[in-house]
Amino acid sequence: MSTTTVSQLDKVKDGPWNGGKSPWNLEYGKIMMWFFLVSDAFTFSAFLLYYGAQKFAQPTWIDADKIFQSIPGIAESGQPLVFVGIMTFILIMSSVTMVLAVDAGHRNKKDEVVKWMLWTILGGLCFVGCQAIEWTHLHHQGFWFGRNPGTGLEGDALVEALAPYFTKDISYTAALQFANLFFTITGFHGFHVSIGILLNIIVLSMTLNNTFERRGTYLMVEKVGLYWHFVDLVWVFVFTFFYLI
Amino acid sequence: MSHHNENIAAAHGHEDHAGMDKKGIWRVFFILLALTGLEFLIALGFVHHWGIIEKGAVLNTVYIILTLIKAFYIVAYFMHLKFEKSGFIVCCSIAFIFIIYFIILLLIEGEYLLHHFQSHPLFPHS
Repeated sequence: MSTTTVSQLDKVKDGPWNGGKSPWNLEYGKIMMWFFLVSDAFTFSAFLLYYGAQKFAQPTWIDADKIFQSIPGIAESGQPLVFVGIMTFILIMSSVTMVLAVDAGHRNKKDEVVKWMLWTILGGLCFVGCQAIEWTHLHHQGFWFGRNPGTGLEGDALVEALAPYFTKDISYTAALQFANLFFTITGFHGFHVSIGILLNIIVLSMTLNNTFERRGTYLMVEKVGLYWHFVDLVWVFVFTFFYLI
Repeated sequence: MSHHNENIAAAHGHEDHAGMDKKGIWRVFFILLALTGLEFLIALGFVHHWGIIEKGAVLNTVYIILTLIKAFYIVAYFMHLKFEKSGFIVCCSIAFIFIIYFIILLLIEGEYLLHHFQSHPLFPHS
């Protein structure tokens, strides 16, 4: 009896999906981080889409050029978009330092990972600080959850209070919706940045404790890196829909 | 435990096949910076300062396209998705079909509310 011919059924299957190895060539935790980020993207999409739906449903809307005009410590008004430009730059920059940390992790260079993680954390803190200043400024102007400068006023006083923020017709409802959505969405994003800073600090201390050196891989840096880039990605959209459009 | 080691081995194999060097990282950074700069040039320069372009649907489309290009560079290069297996790319991106549907749905709904249920007082701007 010949033993050289192997029946089709007995052949060892060695395709990527036949078991025994990770078909996507990715570590489990990294795949789960991706799936979490996809679900988180859905949450942010829902928020931003509700903002869009409200904008479509209102005959008038707050003019971004008029409401975001201050540069803290430099100019009280007349400088639209400049401060948010600085914030955007800080976040993109911290994203780059994060990639550089991941890159250093690939090469198992502990010192470089520590250096770039520190820069990333610093960038994150600067961003959250700017966010806090921006919130304080709007709060002083009278905007807050469920409140805008016209709250409690009627007639001419209401129109006068809201006029600086509109180019077209003035609507109390539109200003209210803007305030609610601005604080909710940037707040949710700021919350994500804060969590990201916390994760970065944890990973930094693990790096300093040689945890990854002993483990032989800096994969954890890559995972928090994914989260950090996602935060940057969300800001790109928030920036467009709140500040540009 | 052996499973854990295999996964780490998978991650090690994974770094061999593709990725970005430092030059690539800075290249992507400058692309993102240039696109953001372009957005500012349009918003601050052409619209606000010189008044050449007016706000409207066309300009918004330009902003959204620029945003999507930026999003592509962040996801593809910074988050490394471009270098993953195609099955994984499809797995993560196909769900966004629902978002496209959701966009169409909610914006149509918003338009409808504007024309049919608009009961909030409006004050003309002086």
